[in-house]
Amino acid sequence: MAETATAVPTRRDFLFIATGAVGAVGVAAAIWPFINQMNPDASALALASTEVDISALQPGDTLTVKWRGKPVVVRNRTQKEIDEAKSVALSDLKDPVARNANLQLDAPATDENRAAPGKENWFVMVNVCTHLGCIPLGQQGEFGGWFCPCHGSHYDTAGRIRGGPAPENMAVPVYSFLSDTKIKIG
Amino acid sequence: MSGPSTYQPQNGFLKWFESRLPLGGLIHSSFIVFPNPRNLNYWWTFGGILAFMLVAQILTGVVLVMHYTPHTSLAFTSVEGIMRDVNYGWLLRYLHANGASMFFIAVYIHIFRGLYYGSYKAPREVLWILGMIIFLLMMATGFMGYVLPWGQMSFWGATVITNLFSAIPIVGETIVTWLWGGFAVDNPTLNRFFSLHYLLPFMIAGVVVLHIWALHVPGSNNPTGVSVKSSQDTLPFHPYFTVKDALGLVVFLIVFMWFVFYLPNFMGHADNYIPADPLVTPAHIVPEWYFLPFYAILRSVPDKLGGVIAMFGAIAVLFVVPWLDTSKVRSANFRPLYRQFFWILVLVSIGLGYLGSRPAEGGYVIASRILTIYYFAHFLVILPLLGLFEKPKPLPASITESVLGKGAANVTAGAPAAPQTK
Repeated sequence: MAETATAVPTRRDFLFIATGAVGAVGVAAAIWPFINQMNPDASALALASTEVDISALQPGDTLTVKWRGKPVVVRNRTQKEIDEAKSVALSDLKDPVARNANLQLDAPATDENRAAPGKENWFVMVNVCTHLGCIPLGQQGEFGGWFCPCHGSHYDTAGRIRGGPAPENMAVPVYSFLSDTKIKIG
Repeated sequence: MSGPSTYQPQNGFLKWFESRLPLGGLIHSSFIVFPNPRNLNYWWTFGGILAFMLVAQILTGVVLVMHYTPHTSLAFTSVEGIMRDVNYGWLLRYLHANGASMFFIAVYIHIFRGLYYGSYKAPREVLWILGMIIFLLMMATGFMGYVLPWGQMSFWGATVITNLFSAIPIVGETIVTWLWGGFAVDNPTLNRFFSLHYLLPFMIAGVVVLHIWALHVPGSNNPTGVSVKSSQDTLPFHPYFTVKDALGLVVFLIVFMWFVFYLPNFMGHADNYIPADPLVTPAHIVPEWYFLPFYAILRSVPDKLGGVIAMFGAIAVLFVVPWLDTSKVRSANFRPLYRQFFWILVLVSIGLGYLGSRPAEGGYVIASRILTIYYFAHFLVILPLLGLFEKPKPLPASITESVLGKGAANVTAGAPAAPQTK
């Protein structure tokens, strides 16, 4: 012990830092439940999917359903809306990514990637503005798609952001066709 | 202030108590004999008014909670029950709702008072920063309180404000989901806002104690900005300033009660008497009036993250005002140029408030941008440069000289009105 008594770091330094480190881990572990309790609980996560009957929707009709507390629109688009959406070059889009939960994260925001696969008239979207979460009004605004009254964001007929402060296209949720007249969201 | 207390306990019990806990001495030195500059004007009564408003808000709030139910299915109904069924419920709720607005009116006057008379300058920087922390806590409290009635503006205000955090790169969405406790504003959000709305006023009270403590170290600033130099520059807090504060408070309460009894919904929104509907956004969302200038700054930037940064930056810049202002002279009374820029800032702030209440389109957006740029220029460009180029007017030799004129200082020395001859 004689040679370690004056050497730096000493045994005491080691014990001091080790005790402090264990204490810090203990405090972090104790704090975590207090932070994590604010995340969505089991009942919120359980509201994962909802089924929608779309047989009554004529071209030009929109159905709004509540999914995870948010409005989801299911729209039977008119041919004019589809043509308008298809005619837009990707380079004209503010957000060139599809934001379609059914596709790859980096899929381009073409109309094919936004609409239902193989059924271009069907369009499903979480109708929440990507700016600050207001609900855009349908078939309004400069591009005939959606217009957010809160801060003036304009979306086109494929729900893609075209003007205003919103940074992203409105999200397409996970969904699938159970039959020709029924879809499952979530 | 510091030094041994001059408190003399009047009877045996008080002497016994004082030797064990010197509470009487603390109150005596802080609120009875505490020396204040003799020239304080009525703009200095707003500190006391704010203390009164905090207590009033806590009292009415605690009572309202006895009748309120924090659940999405019952919150709106229970508030209507308070208005219609609870004895004097209408009065208590109107006092609380209008009290919040009056609290902000008082705090804005208090802050502009500090800006005009340079109350943030050395040695009062920590005092100023503590005040800004109180202001931030007040904004959080006011915002969460407005959500509790669960009307349309409650719901959509909560949605828009919490979505501000989604502008943070990468972790933004995770933070918003965490704040909500779900995938949209819903019952968990209401519950936690209620919990925090009850907590934050007591945190404000704690910071107010620090604020007063930090005030009592250097003492109050005054309209000349000249430091206290002798005891004849001051008067004891009681009765001179307790009475002055009381008169200011009474006049303030007359205005407050005028709103409560004659215009109780003037500072609210009609949309908030419609129950919250998660599927329909009101056509025109506006926050409470006291957030409007910051809301205008948010909307003036055509970029989501940029707008959020500008809005928080507008508050953050106030924290560093003590170091942005390079002038050695405190009071704007002796700063001919700063005095004009100060009033321009007041008008710009009111202008931003007006623009925040208008739709975000056309000329309103352009005007918001100009005023936003000016707001930041005032603090980041004008304040630092003014201190270098402005030629201040000559300062009075002392507070007493400013009150009584030159030569009068010696005449009044030892006169009965001059206290603090210790």
